[in-house]
Amino acid sequence: MHTARTNPLNTLAMHGALILYTLIALFPVFVILINSFKTRKAIFREPLSLPTADSFSMIGYQTVMKQGDFFLYFQNSMIVTVASLFFILLFGAMAAFALSEYRFRGNMLMGLYLALGIMIPIRIGTVAILEMMVATGLVNSLLALILVYTAQGLPLAVFILSEFMRQVSDDLKNAGRIDGLTEYTIFFKLVLPLVRPAMATVAVFNMIPIWNDLWFPLILAPAEEVKTLTLGSQVFIGQFVTDWNAVLSALSMAILPVLILYVIFSRQLIRGITSGAVK
Amino acid sequence: MRLTVTHHKPKIRWHIIVFLTPAVLVYTSVMIFPLFNTLRLALYSQFEQQRVFVGLQNFQTLFGDPIWSEQFWNALGNNFWFFFIHMLVQNPIGIILAAILSHPRLRFAALYRSAIFIPTILSFVIVGFAWKLILSPIWGIAPSMLDAIGLKFLYAPWLGKEEYALTTLSLISVWQFVGIPMMLIYASLLAIPDEILEAAEIDGITGMSAFWKIKLPLILPSIGIISILTFVGNFNAFDLIYTAQGALAGPDFSTDILGTFLYRTFFGFQLQLGDPYMGSAIASAMFAIILIGVCIYLFGIQTRMRRYQL
Repeated sequence: MHTARTNPLNTLAMHGALILYTLIALFPVFVILINSFKTRKAIFREPLSLPTADSFSMIGYQTVMKQGDFFLYFQNSMIVTVASLFFILLFGAMAAFALSEYRFRGNMLMGLYLALGIMIPIRIGTVAILEMMVATGLVNSLLALILVYTAQGLPLAVFILSEFMRQVSDDLKNAGRIDGLTEYTIFFKLVLPLVRPAMATVAVFNMIPIWNDLWFPLILAPAEEVKTLTLGSQVFIGQFVTDWNAVLSALSMAILPVLILYVIFSRQLIRGITSGAVK
Repeated sequence: MRLTVTHHKPKIRWHIIVFLTPAVLVYTSVMIFPLFNTLRLALYSQFEQQRVFVGLQNFQTLFGDPIWSEQFWNALGNNFWFFFIHMLVQNPIGIILAAILSHPRLRFAALYRSAIFIPTILSFVIVGFAWKLILSPIWGIAPSMLDAIGLKFLYAPWLGKEEYALTTLSLISVWQFVGIPMMLIYASLLAIPDEILEAAEIDGITGMSAFWKIKLPLILPSIGIISILTFVGNFNAFDLIYTAQGALAGPDFSTDILGTFLYRTFFGFQLQLGDPYMGSAIASAMFAIILIGVCIYLFGIQTRMRRYQL
């Protein structure tokens, strides 16, 4: 559009509105981060100023390191998130390939069945999930969480990936078949590399809710050695409510990994959302 | 499956089964089966260590017993208020931000977009505690900031007052999730072809009237999707209330929603023992509510919405 003229006043108003909202969005995060590096006295006296040489203190972080096993929590969260994403992507892509590539009786029905879970939250079934995990001895294990998150992520993954797999050219796959490739080789060597962008989108969509979930860690894996970072920081902060340094530092330590992941993946995430993959 | 005795290829295509099995197995056993099992458990109860079939008695208790029904309707009402605030505040702000961001020659759009999305990626634990600290009268950030603009008289310990706590928490949740409607609407605004807007411009429709008359009707389907996503998300919300107010959803249950009510009933807290069967009954009620919402959307709204071929 070359014809539209923009009134400079309008531009100013637009930037004003956006800057205002950006400040609202970032202010709490900023306040938590700066105060986590201050002495207790400075936290209360000058809550909005940056830490100075005088007020700088790492006492909160020291308490967190001594009292809470944050590295273990972090490791647990990492294992759960990475393993769940791996299974969501692998199983989701395999099912999506079967649904989009082959014609067989019940194809439509299977697609609908797998899509049911997009709208129905898995939390509704928590009572029976806990009962099942207790019966199979999986309670208080990371595997229980991985299974739940895999099941939760599969419906949308299958839906998005099969949309993308329909666009992969048939000629390519048929050429492979003429060369004597098995269906498995076609899937792993030809199709998977071509839908890699869609896989990244699915991964990024699932990553944040899995990492941040509190409900299932609280119910299925509350034991100390399997606590995720989200649950671990929740419990830790609950115990240290009056120790403001420790609480602020624990919050900052919980913010940091997510923020780093976001900086790495934000382009992928935003491209995923705006490409209209989710409709 | 037809069996033919001739030397054709075997009819069972094993690779299809191999491709489908893992996903179907995990999904069925961890999601669908427990879902129906929970609905079934709602019909049972425990008597002397035995699981006994009691029919609809749990629901009778839930809706008939004054103690239970009061809690249930309180949680449901709060949940609707929670949803109402989201629809009234979160989605309009999201649409406005998206409309500004999609302006063709806006500079730093990507920067604003990424920054405004940051709260959405944070966990409820962070969001809940961070706001609790900021609004706390002990720390005094909120009152001193209001003082700076001469509005100190407006300050109250919002999270601690029965009449404000739920609205405050809803607004915190809005703050966290505004990024989602913003992104989805932004995407659908970008999908509007330039020719349509140019044609309108030739007819003299620009600026605000272009938004109301052309863009808004075109993004209505996206607004519908956002509404149903908000609905489903709100009616199984739990984490924020739990981290900010605890399982008791204080003060005096004024912030209790279905998620926290389910947690308390099913898992127990302090003095009350957990009751999985009543928990299942509440979960079934939540399932019904979400199902009704989704059906209203699918059959009542989505099919009637006018879609324009772009």
